[in-house]
Amino acid sequence: MTHRFKTRLEQALERGNYEALLDLIPYAKLIGVECTRLGDELLFRLPANKDNIGNPILPALHGGVIAGFMELSAALHLLVFAGAPGLPKIIDFSLDYLRAGQFRDTYAKCQVWRQGRRVANVAITAWQSTPAEPIATARAHFKIEEGTRP
Amino acid sequence: MTENPFLERATRFVSALRHCQVLGITVHDASGEGMTLVLPYGPHIVGDPLTGVIHGGALTSLMDTACGMATLCVLPEFEVCPTLDLRIDYMHPAAPHKPVYGFAQCYRVTTDVIFTRGFAYQDDPQQPIAHVVGTFMRMGKLLKGTQRLGNTVKGEKA
Repeated sequence: MTHRFKTRLEQALERGNYEALLDLIPYAKLIGVECTRLGDELLFRLPANKDNIGNPILPALHGGVIAGFMELSAALHLLVFAGAPGLPKIIDFSLDYLRAGQFRDTYAKCQVWRQGRRVANVAITAWQSTPAEPIATARAHFKIEEGTRP
Repeated sequence: MTENPFLERATRFVSALRHCQVLGITVHDASGEGMTLVLPYGPHIVGDPLTGVIHGGALTSLMDTACGMATLCVLPEFEVCPTLDLRIDYMHPAAPHKPVYGFAQCYRVTTDVIFTRGFAYQDDPQQPIAHVVGTFMRMGKLLKGTQRLGNTVKGEKA
């Protein structure tokens, strides 16, 4: 099982098949994360899904879902760009909610500000209408397994 | 009649939150001291299929909800309190196949803002798997739809 997962992970990364990569992570399937490559960047998308609603009055996406989406985006971003050998482990996560997440598609992009040997610092921005009007910004530290992929 | 009005209000509130229903989050305990929710383990919330450890996002949903609902313990009347910010420090991964408990309390209430903190644990509250601080905005009772949700929380027909 361990070996099969690593093989599938490597295959997905080599082929740039992000759907296969996301298929490996049950939580990503639960909230419905998608990923596409735009030039040198990765764009993450969380399609509108009733199961992700928190506040029923507005209705608004659950803040935890927005956070989970952003955390997952950051981990995948590191996996794809930083050559981490396995899924990076989250150390801490700090999130500012700027606008209510409406019941519509949400997007996220990541920026690695610093990658050391053991720890990486990643900033994540999430938006719905335009990137200039983010609904949330976050930063996370991840522990990276030592040793890079071949 | 119930002996714990906090618990009843909290149970009704959490049942109105769709994503919490999807995650199976329920109220474990509620009092003037704080709120404890519980997130059951399930294969659908796994973040690392190699280890079976749940994803941080599920834990964040638990703790965001716990901190937000801790405001029910200190406010005289229901108010919608959106999250301003949230920070989670992960002490160690949650053990698979066990529920996670999330405790949160308000440590300062001002006219505009509520400061909350809490922690997530499994067997032993002394060995938390994560520490959390969150700040919430008080929107008052006048926000659109607040009364309807407030009535749901109170158990009255909307």
